[in-house]
Parts: sequence; structure tokens; C-alpha cells
Amino acid sequence: MEAEKVGTTKHAKTAALLSIVPGLGQFYNRQFLKGIIFLVLAASFGIVFGDILNMGFWGLFTLGEIPKIDHSIFLLIDGIIALIVTVLGLGVYAFNLYDAHSNGKKRDLGLKLNSVREQYHNLIDGGFPYLMITPGFLLLIFVVIFPIIFVILLAFTNYDLYHSPPAKLVDWIGIQNFIDIFKIDIWRNTFFKVLGWTIVWTFGATTFQIALGMFLAIIVNQKDLKGKAIIRTILILPWAVPAFVSIMIFSGMFNETFGAINKMILPALGLDPQPWMTEANWTRLALILIQGWLGFPFIFAMVTGVLQSIPEDLYEAATVDGASIWQKFSKITLPLVLFATAPIMITQYTFNFNNFNVIFLFNNGGPAVPGQTAWGTDILISWIYRLTMTSAQYGKAAAITMILSFIIIAVALWQFRRTKSFQEEDMM
Amino acid sequence: MSMKKNKIIRLTLSYFVIAVMAVIVFYPLLWIIGSSFNPGNSLSGSTMFPENPTLAHYKHLFDADKSDYIIWYKNSLKISIITMVLTVASVSLTAYSFSRYRFVGRKNGLITFLILQMIPNFAALIAIFVLANRTGLIDTHLGLILVYVGGQIPMNTYLMKGYLDTIPKELDESAKMDGAGHLRIFFQIVMPLAKPILAVVALFSFIAPFGDFILARILLRSEDKFTLLVGLYELVAKQFGNEFTKFAAGSVLIAIPIAALFLVFQRYFVSGLTAGGTKG
Repeated sequence: MEAEKVGTTKHAKTAALLSIVPGLGQFYNRQFLKGIIFLVLAASFGIVFGDILNMGFWGLFTLGEIPKIDHSIFLLIDGIIALIVTVLGLGVYAFNLYDAHSNGKKRDLGLKLNSVREQYHNLIDGGFPYLMITPGFLLLIFVVIFPIIFVILLAFTNYDLYHSPPAKLVDWIGIQNFIDIFKIDIWRNTFFKVLGWTIVWTFGATTFQIALGMFLAIIVNQKDLKGKAIIRTILILPWAVPAFVSIMIFSGMFNETFGAINKMILPALGLDPQPWMTEANWTRLALILIQGWLGFPFIFAMVTGVLQSIPEDLYEAATVDGASIWQKFSKITLPLVLFATAPIMITQYTFNFNNFNVIFLFNNGGPAVPGQTAWGTDILISWIYRLTMTSAQYGKAAAITMILSFIIIAVALWQFRRTKSFQEEDMM
Repeated sequence: MSMKKNKIIRLTLSYFVIAVMAVIVFYPLLWIIGSSFNPGNSLSGSTMFPENPTLAHYKHLFDADKSDYIIWYKNSLKISIITMVLTVASVSLTAYSFSRYRFVGRKNGLITFLILQMIPNFAALIAIFVLANRTGLIDTHLGLILVYVGGQIPMNTYLMKGYLDTIPKELDESAKMDGAGHLRIFFQIVMPLAKPILAVVALFSFIAPFGDFILARILLRSEDKFTLLVGLYELVAKQFGNEFTKFAAGSVLIAIPIAALFLVFQRYFVSGLTAGGTKG
């Protein structure tokens, strides 16, 4: 009946154009209820958020104009909120355009439009996943995404002790913070010193705990070893005790004058007491040993799980073929274990890269280094903490946080590009 | 003959290594337990097996007039339980929709979650601090709980999605044929099958706030709002060693329930982690 009209009408374009004012396109498509909903949404958005958006964007661009009255950081926060609200609003607006266009297209093709009832069912079916992720997503926006945007923006400001609201204004300074970190000697030296130790720490501590955990798992998993259950429980214990408690215990044990290490253990082994807390390199050694203690049970438990799933006949066949113990290990056990646990091993590295607790609680990142913002065993994350909490170098701290995040994201993407699930379209 | 000798040497060496490790594992733990029964206050006099063991430090902690320990314990339990409930609720919803529905933005959402789980949320601690100040949520448990729940979502969603993917889709499809609605499939078909991973997520989200130190320290200001760890840290941080035995007693009281809980459930931990890690 309307078939001859196909290709000649321009309902899609007209509806989309009309929808520049939200709802009009839907009216044009004779979907009045939907049109009213869009119109009301748009109007209330304008009324409710109009002022917030106006002020928000002004604040975001200027960061305030009059010291003591305009609080730059609060203006920045309000600006980010305005930004988020705008993005959400634009999302709905884009959907409005898309909806008008697609329904107009249906009319162009002479198809019947959905009735209100069908629309309702479509909304329930198509909207259900969105409905389900909304609570988590909103929380994520304000607790995780918002802080990230804030830190990114802060990295481009001069917010520090001398530019601290409400007395002073904070200004946009472009990439000056990054330039300073790489150009000014004291910053550059500190940055690379901290980065160097962070890398040594990440690889040293993680590799140590992985090697120890794997070694013990293989030893305990020997077929003719008795008392496996009790041994496994003992070796899991350091994982079960809260890390905070363990680290504080070690902090006491490594105490130079009173701690058990210097007072009892080293003398018993015929060794001299060492300056664990005041000499950076000794603190570093202690930290790596402690992280080994804290971290090996996790690896141990996982590798044990993998070992138990390796079929026994593999080893029997190897024995028949005359393989040595070492060959069995390097040709059967190790590849299978590494294959099964590689993704988790890599997360262990990223975990230690950011392992604030052990660094901070053991010796406060110390020993202190005179004249530097970073202490002897500070890794990047604890340096950021120190810059923020004690020297109020917020802008620089934010810039370093960005550098750190880039490193982590690069590693994360590299890792997950390699894992299976990323390549399986449906799983991802 | 030599086979047998080899075996004996191998086993002896193995037992020796295990014994050494057992000593290394137990030494700090026994030392802190011993310290908590030491009569003195300071680190200097504490020994693993005190001559006159005393319960004085435990009594002190439980004496509401002298110490806030009970309040801290209650605060920690409250925060952990609420965080756990909210996390399990929101994570099971998001993980389910990522696992079962194909919708616009799904892939990008998953990648975002993947990246977010790599960045610890205290990296943005200054932002969290300023935001909490701005919204008046500083020094409230609500603010802390919201930060915890938000921080837990990405990683646990990923973990649970990996598990849900292993539950056959034919199950919910046939239920749909029989006329079951979305919510019904979710609550009555999929969630009961996902109990093991629900337990893992619940435990993770319970223990994480219990073990968190840094966020609680930044957000909580007044002593009666402290969580256990912040309170204990303050106890020793001021003059390390001078309150060490009280700290030891407090630590023992934290470590024992958590370790017990942990040892009971560790089997699920490992299977849940490897399932999510290799398949997710």
C-alpha cells in the first residue's frame, strides 16, 4: 500500500532533525508518549542542572578569579561533576536522535512502528542489562572514575603548598609539572631513583615469592611424602594472617636495638647485627625477604592446585622413557604450571609494583634521605603518598600518579591481549 | 639398592626444607603471641616464652574505660559486613549482565573494568580525600564504605563473570522458553549455581576492608570512628615499642578469627581464583 513510497520519503532525516529539540522527532513519528517523556526529561535536565552546568564550566575553565572567595579546588570538583552530568545528558540526547532516526527509517521503509505496549516490552528486554549495571556503574563513576578525572586534571595545575585555597588561587599550567619532573635536577634524580628501586623491588620481591612458592609446592607434592595436609596448612598460614599484622610484627622483629633478629637470631647464627632500619640497602633486603614470607603461600596454593591436576601417567611415561627428575621437571611440570598460572603471576607483579602497605608499614618508606622528598625505600606509590600528605605537592603528585598509571595500564593491556579470553570474541 | 638410598636422601632433604620453612613461618607468629602475654609494656623486654605470662594486656584492651579497642572492633565488623553485602549485590548484577547479555558498550565496559582493577583506588587518594571533604563524607563510615564497594566492583565483577561464563547458557534459555522472566532466571537459576563464586566474592569483600589501612587512615579522623588497623597503628606509631605488648594482644585478636575463617575457606579461594583467572 505504501510500498511505492519506499525511497521517496525522508522521514528518517526529518525526524532526526526535529529531534534536535528532544521529543519533536518522536511526535513527528506519532509516538506521543515517548515524545513527551523525552521532552520532559530534557526540560527538567535544563531546569535542574542549568545553574550547576553554567557555574561548573566557568569554574572548570577559570579555576576562580578572586582569591579567598573562589575556592579553586571546589570549583574544580563542581566542574568535573558538571562534566559528568553533561556526558550522561549527551548520552540520552544521542539516544533520542538515534531513536527518532531509526523509527523514521522504519516509516521510510513502510514498516509498522512499535505500539506503546511493544515499546514497553522492548524497553524491558533491551534495557534490563543496563538496569542491572546501573547501581554498580553509578558508584564506580563517583568513587573510581571521578577521582581519576580529578587526578588527571590536577596534574595540569600548580596546586601545592604555595597555591593553596582558600587563600590563594590554583591555576592551569599545562604540562609544566611533567616538564619539571624531567628537567629540574632534584626532581629528575629523585624520580629515577625511586623508579629504579620500584622496578628492582617489583621484580626482586615478586620473583622471589614465586620461586619460593613453586619450589615448596613441588617439594610437598612428592608422591611419597607423608603428612601433606598438615604441611599445606602450615605453609598457607602467612596468607591467612592479615598482612598488616604480619608487617607490623616484622617491623618489631627487625628493630635494630630490641628486635629479635638482631638480638637473638643473628647472634645464634654467629652473625653481626645489621642496621635494618637506618641503612637503605638493608631495609630493602628486609623488605624483599618479608614480601617473600607474605607472598609465597598464595603461589604455593595455586601451584599445588595445578600440580594435582597433572595426570600421573605423564610422569610414568617419562620414567619409562628414562627421563631424569630434572627433565621431568623442566619438560612437564614447569611448562604446565606456568601455562596455567601465568595471568595470575603477572598480577602478582603489578600488585607488588603498588604494594604500599609493606613499604609504608615496615619502615615508613625510610630511612629518611635529607633534602629529598622521597625516602630511602619509597616506591612510586608511597612517594606519591608522601608528596600528598606531608609536603603538599599535589600537582606533582598527580603528575606522578599519571605516569604510574600509564605504566600499569600498558602492562595490563599487554597482558590481557595475550590471554585467551581476550581473543575469544564471545567470552569478551 | 641405590634407588632406595636416593629416595631416603630425597625425602630427608624435603622434610628438612619443610621444617626450616615451618620454623620461618611460625617464628614471627609465636613471637607476637608470646609478646602479648609479656608483663612489660615495651618491645625491649618481650620474649617468645615469658616467665610470668599475664593476661593484663587483653584485659586492658577489653576495658572500655582505658581503650577504644572494642569500639574499633565493632566499627571494623560493621564496615566489613556492609561492604560485603553491597559488593555482592552490585557485583552479581553487573557480572550477570556482562556474562549473559550482549548490549551496546559491553566490550568497552569490560575493558574499562580490566584496566580499573589494575589501578589501586588509593592511587587517587588525594581526589578521594578532597571529594569526601566536599561532600561532607569525611570522617564517616558511609564514605569509607562507598569507596570500598566502588573499589571492589571491577576486580570482583571480572572474577564472577569468569565463573558465570562456565555455567551453560542452555539452562537459562530453556527457562526462558518456559516463560521465566529476567529476574526469575537470575535469582532462581543462575545465582544458586554461582554459590561458590558468591562465597569467594563475599569473603574477599569482607576481608579487604578489614585489611585496608591507608584509605581508612585518610578518611577517618576521630578516634571513636577508627577501624581496628588504624587504631592499632596509632597505638604503636606514636612511640614504637612503648605500647608494643598491647599492640601484640590486639593483633592476636584480629589475626585469629581471620586466619580461622581463611583456613576454612581457602579451598574455594584457590579454585575461584584459578577459574576466574584462566577462563575470565
